[in-house]
Amino acid sequence: MTESSANKPANGEVCQRPKNGVKQPGRNGLVKSLHHYHHPPQPKHCDPEDQAQHASHNGGVGPYNRPFCESFEETPMLVAVLTYMGYGILTIFGYLRDFLRDWKIERCHIAREREEQKDFVPLYQDFENFYTRNLYMRIRDSWNRPICSVPGAKVDLVERVSYDYNWTFDYTGRVVEGVINMGSYNYLGFAENTGYCSETAALVTEKYGVGVASSRQEMGNLDRHEEMEALVARFLGVESAMAFGMGFATNSMNIPALSGKGCLILSDELNHASLVLGARLSGSTIRVFKHNNMPSLEKMLRDAIVHGQPRTHRPWKKILILVEGIYSMEGSIVRLPEVIALKKRFGAYLYLDEAHSIGALGPGGRGVVDYFGLDPRDVDVMMGTFTKSFGAAGGYIGGSRELIDYLRVHSHSAVYATSMSPPVVEQIITSMKCIMGEDGTTLGRDRVEQLAENTVYFRRRMTEMGFIIYGNCDSPVVPMMLYMPAKIGAFGREMLKRNIGVVVVGFPATTIIESRARFCISAAHTKDMLDTALCVISEVGDLLQVKYSRYRRLPTLDRAFDDSIYDEIQD
Amino acid sequence: MASGQQWVLVEMVQALYEAPAYHLILEGILILWIVRLLFSKTYKLQERSDLTEKEKEDLIEEWQPEPLVPPVSKDHPSLNYDIVSGPPSHNIVVNGKQCINFASFNFLGLLDNERVKQKALASLRKYGVGTCGPRGFYGTFDVHLELEDRLAKFMRTEEAIIYSYGFATIASAIPAYSKRGDIVFVDEAACFSIQKGLQASRSFIKYFKHNDMEDLERLLKEQEVEDQKNPRKARVTRRFIVVEGLYINTADVCPLPDLVKLKYKYKVRIFLEESMSFGVLGGRGRGVTEHFGVNIDDIDLISANMENAVASIGGFCCGRSFVIDHQRLSGQGYCFSASLPPMLAAAAIEALNIMEEDPDIFSVLREKCEQVHKALQGTPGIKVVGESYVPALHLQLESSSGSRETDVKRLRQIVDYCLERQIALTLARYLDKEERFLPPPSIRVVVTIEQTTEDINRAASCIREAALVILK
Repeated sequence: MTESSANKPANGEVCQRPKNGVKQPGRNGLVKSLHHYHHPPQPKHCDPEDQAQHASHNGGVGPYNRPFCESFEETPMLVAVLTYMGYGILTIFGYLRDFLRDWKIERCHIAREREEQKDFVPLYQDFENFYTRNLYMRIRDSWNRPICSVPGAKVDLVERVSYDYNWTFDYTGRVVEGVINMGSYNYLGFAENTGYCSETAALVTEKYGVGVASSRQEMGNLDRHEEMEALVARFLGVESAMAFGMGFATNSMNIPALSGKGCLILSDELNHASLVLGARLSGSTIRVFKHNNMPSLEKMLRDAIVHGQPRTHRPWKKILILVEGIYSMEGSIVRLPEVIALKKRFGAYLYLDEAHSIGALGPGGRGVVDYFGLDPRDVDVMMGTFTKSFGAAGGYIGGSRELIDYLRVHSHSAVYATSMSPPVVEQIITSMKCIMGEDGTTLGRDRVEQLAENTVYFRRRMTEMGFIIYGNCDSPVVPMMLYMPAKIGAFGREMLKRNIGVVVVGFPATTIIESRARFCISAAHTKDMLDTALCVISEVGDLLQVKYSRYRRLPTLDRAFDDSIYDEIQD
Repeated sequence: MASGQQWVLVEMVQALYEAPAYHLILEGILILWIVRLLFSKTYKLQERSDLTEKEKEDLIEEWQPEPLVPPVSKDHPSLNYDIVSGPPSHNIVVNGKQCINFASFNFLGLLDNERVKQKALASLRKYGVGTCGPRGFYGTFDVHLELEDRLAKFMRTEEAIIYSYGFATIASAIPAYSKRGDIVFVDEAACFSIQKGLQASRSFIKYFKHNDMEDLERLLKEQEVEDQKNPRKARVTRRFIVVEGLYINTADVCPLPDLVKLKYKYKVRIFLEESMSFGVLGGRGRGVTEHFGVNIDDIDLISANMENAVASIGGFCCGRSFVIDHQRLSGQGYCFSASLPPMLAAAAIEALNIMEEDPDIFSVLREKCEQVHKALQGTPGIKVVGESYVPALHLQLESSSGSRETDVKRLRQIVDYCLERQIALTLARYLDKEERFLPPPSIRVVVTIEQTTEDINRAASCIREAALVILK
């Protein structure tokens, strides 16, 4: 099939116990998937050490304390062919339309360069915007939908219409009320305008105002900031923490402080743009390993240490592994126990981006480390954002005291960027205390449990309906495959017609054929809302024929995970 | 032509017949060799090492990585921040000491403005705090659209786009346009976020001397010569000049009219960073274009943050739709980041209302600036760096001791002396190793409209005293 779908760790609807060195033949398609997974291009080089290595860290019990089941069902061949055809047709029509526009037969809506600057070097190369002009523009109404309420479980949308095929939008002045929100990253439902969090945020606004007008190192280090950082450190179980005004910038501005020339960064192929940018800005050598693929990571680590830097063969100064907790487009959870074992064995450092997983995973809502029951001190750099589960804004880095002290002195953000807005800080403090149960209630814990319950329920029902959904069965990010470009727009529109707001994504956020819809489950979703949504999804799914899965399961009640499968491959 | 080719072919066939056998055999072997090369397995140079597994294991055991971060001494001058308790407004409590604020960029005093607070509160009650998503995925609020509209109207441009973080604004905008192979001409004094944007763009960067138009023209001419050598490349090489309106590092203003002339002469686009000048310069606070009376359409892109004069959070870019709209899909900090909390956007809208309703505040600010600038003149051992009408000045040592560390220490002593006497100042902080051209150490003095004549005189005399005591 395509390269990307072949790279997926497991194909077929199987739960897989993550034992990379497993050599016994399994059954039911497992042979195929494991072989696929465990034979990188140079099997001769890799296999013997593989066994040795896994014997050392699996130690008979295995690194996971719970079933780790992730599925990436392979794209059906027919669907893939049709998808490519779809893009082919769109491209041909794109060229035709461009031709018509050039000859002024079709009206051109694109903003034009000023007359005075026509003889400048063009700001954009023509092909740069081909995709935007001819493909994105057709379905642009599925994105940037303006909302006019709290981005909670239900949301009010500002109604907009386009009379010129999405080139411009007119606002009708009406509001589409009560749309079930399956798009916002409101995992724990802290996007609220009432309740304790927003009340205290209001008090702080009255006292402090909203701005700070200085950087942390100059005159913008408020007492609230210090308090929040101490709390974040406590929440994460690390020695110290530091917070920054923007999640994206937390990555892109702090990785350069940690890594530089002569260092190696090993980055997952599906890492977020901010991690990629940070790695690039650092000036280190970057190598990319296959998504969540431990043999690939291990091989890179071995090669890096054995061969040293390219050409000079000097040893690397340090090796930094960049991974995310939950991958926001795949719904997969990082194989953290294995990553930690590898990092310890090879002496690398681990940078874990918990943008989506903090709050959303683990019995205490403390992210992927909590989920696997690991020690947070095994992760060198714990990064995360406040935007999602906490309903605030910004990002943090937690870790050892030396690390944070170094960042306080050397972080770009601390020196040059304005510090965080006090009400936002307050929202973080109160929501975090709520999750920790320090507000004297169990509200936070209930939300964490509710989210886990909603996630399992939603994922199970989706699988039963015959959709291809990606990712880990505990991940609240649920990508559902649409594949074909025309279905991206159609799904978004049909869902909105039925009052459900969903996120649809296509190229370049995903690979070209793997367009998908994404649902973000929230603790604020009630069972009724989920049922309504599921019902509508099923209806639209039938309408658009996107129930692609060939592993349709019979509806069962309490069979969340298929335990029998990984029993067979116990070593 | 066709017959000629045919003749050659005939001749070749003939030559084949006439060739000796050893020749044909040799050629046959060569062809086989090429085929073998084509189909042989490719190998990486790296993997040709003849290390045994044991040796590899030993190498892995042996390797000692550097620590993740080098240790920082506990008394590093920028490790222990000053702590502000309570709001960072005109009256500020720094390290437990009640002071008058001469350090926060709250030029228009909007930070604790009651109207702004009320609007922010109203927004908080409607939308909550966070947006829980990027602009594309249900993170666009009606307030964002309103703010973009208002900013565009305020600046009299076609379109504006807001970012959720001031620093990320220009740092995302530059790489959205300037790519590998393009050329950017930058002022040496450009602020850090411009430098980061340039680094992310991976373009060729040419620095010209601060505000030196002759030096810039020299570089542009050099480029022109270069272009004539390779006109095909020149046709696709975009050129940009990136300058700040009011330089945060030097507190002076760029010669914009000259830059515009150069722009049309050499066909270079101008990106203007106005974080310091937006809401400060010009009769209505539109910044440096208004200050010089330059047509705003002549500037390709203006970026500014809303964290200084506007006293909220975030930043924006404005200009013609042809330019700005591109960022909605290509501005990394816009696409991949959660959007600005609506209450902060609402606060910014109210700040714009105040600025529009009462343009007198800009002349008041200017008066205060001149007052401060005048009052600080003649401080012994200290030179005042910056134009007289600029609200963020630098105080530098007249004669450096030769060591940056000592200079910083002495300036910090002045700051501490003033803090003791209820004047809050701060050192201008830089990352010494990261800055392209590190400015000399300095104390920042920020002027706001809330400072009274009395405050200003007190601050000036306090600084003078401190200088007398500490610099001797």
